[in-house]
Amino acid sequence: MKIIIPVKRVLDPYTQARVNKQTQQVDLSNAKMAMNPFCEIAVEEALTLKEGGAATETIAVSIGTDKTVDTLRTALAMGVDRAIFIKTETELDLQPLHVGKILANIIKREEAELIIMGKQAVDNDNNQTGQILSGILDYSLGTFISKFDISSDSKSVEVSREIDSGIETRKLNLPAIVTVDLRLNEPRYASLPNIMKARSKPLETIELSSLGIDTSPRIKVVSVEESGTKDRASKQISSAEELFTELNQMGVL
Amino acid sequence: MSALILIELNGPEVSANSRAALTAASQLADSVDALVLTNDSSHANAVASMNGINAVKVIVNESLEHANVEVASKLIADVMTDYKFLVSGSSTYSKNILPRVGALLDVQPISDVCEIKSSNTFVRPLYAGNVMATVETSDETIVMTVRATAFEHAEDGGSATVETLSPAMPESNSSFISLQESQSERPELTTAERIVSGGRGLGSKENFVMIEQLADKLDAAIGASRAAVDAGFISNDYQVGQTGKVVAPKLYLAVGISGAIQHLAGMKDSQVIVVINNDPDAPMSRMADLVWQVDLFDALNELNAYQV
Repeated sequence: MKIIIPVKRVLDPYTQARVNKQTQQVDLSNAKMAMNPFCEIAVEEALTLKEGGAATETIAVSIGTDKTVDTLRTALAMGVDRAIFIKTETELDLQPLHVGKILANIIKREEAELIIMGKQAVDNDNNQTGQILSGILDYSLGTFISKFDISSDSKSVEVSREIDSGIETRKLNLPAIVTVDLRLNEPRYASLPNIMKARSKPLETIELSSLGIDTSPRIKVVSVEESGTKDRASKQISSAEELFTELNQMGVL
Repeated sequence: MSALILIELNGPEVSANSRAALTAASQLADSVDALVLTNDSSHANAVASMNGINAVKVIVNESLEHANVEVASKLIADVMTDYKFLVSGSSTYSKNILPRVGALLDVQPISDVCEIKSSNTFVRPLYAGNVMATVETSDETIVMTVRATAFEHAEDGGSATVETLSPAMPESNSSFISLQESQSERPELTTAERIVSGGRGLGSKENFVMIEQLADKLDAAIGASRAAVDAGFISNDYQVGQTGKVVAPKLYLAVGISGAIQHLAGMKDSQVIVVINNDPDAPMSRMADLVWQVDLFDALNELNAYQV
């Protein structure tokens, strides 16, 4: 079974996003970038399946300008077999519907049966791409998964989904798309020898323009502003009685 | 122009998310209909009694008890031919289904709308709410989820007509196995008025019980920082933050939480923030309306013993 893992390059999640007031965009020039943390979990899951013998090949896919290759090399260094780089000449505002169409094209070409991806990217927080991709391909879908088992005949997967009311377990017939939640696993770090080895692993470049997909934006960002974490009065208190008195006065009890 | 809201039920009741969706949809369209996908036709009555609904459309089928996303998205997309807007509350239920509906309609959905500026311009959070973006869509049909904390929850007082639809049920390539419901008598985290949240400072799972006691005293939900969840003090459904749940209660009481960016992003819109911590330099303290700088175990003992 071939597994495709779409990965995204995002602002390092431990870095504060800053807005450039001139461009009305989040300022990513000179910012520290990283693989989206949910994508790391997806990569880890795919590698575990390969190591357990359930997968024959793992392929990471990403879309963007040349810098995106760094993120694919990270996936390769973690242990993915090969990478597909969908290259754009300039930074495009690709939205989940576009990304879904691009990934669908690659998945069909590769005839992959299982797609493992993050439930959302921590930059735009859309939480949409896996769902959209499943709709385009008419594949079964398991979102927000925290547990994953492949059937012995490799024809279906059993997933546990973290939903608001608890944990839902479903059986998905393959081909399927799963989007992973935090609790699924603990992603590995790439070791130095593996980082070196990743440099010689296959990385195929495909020009986005060659795929013939309409990527004109459906949504235009008119403006952005930092909502920030505003400092508050921070009045000091020193007893339970004082706390309850204050909270009563504020009318929040 | 008319809008359709996708109803999410909590057992037989209409969820707070769906009540917020109704308020948002009423700002967009002159007429709002509701769609209920359920295994029990009586569920439509609770929806019909919300104030502001024109008509309730209900599809009843055994397989809809645990909304199968492949079936639900197809059913919704077919109903959408009559509507310009599809609105639902931000929850795992709608986040699972609506983007797939978007794909079937060739529409780019808009997630987590916090404010409606006009019929095609909305404010939504990026970077876990650290950045707010005003976005304008050019799609003819508009599909969106709205934050339940950003819109009033529509009240009862209406009597909409109920219409049963009987479409052919689409094929599905997945099936429901089981649901392990969270066992909690406490309020649900994302809609609770009060939250008591614990961090790594609690030190152990055993000590975290003190947070639960205080939550029960205040009729509050329990929350936790990622550090507390990762340390195994409590399960992940309680995590507040960028990678957990985003909350905006009347009262957020943080105990032993230093305040990493991803945690602050998940609770900064709380009305009143109280911080109990022994570290005066913790980022959390700057966000607080009230700060009690103290050994947190002393504070929890005193609070739990206090006669309200």
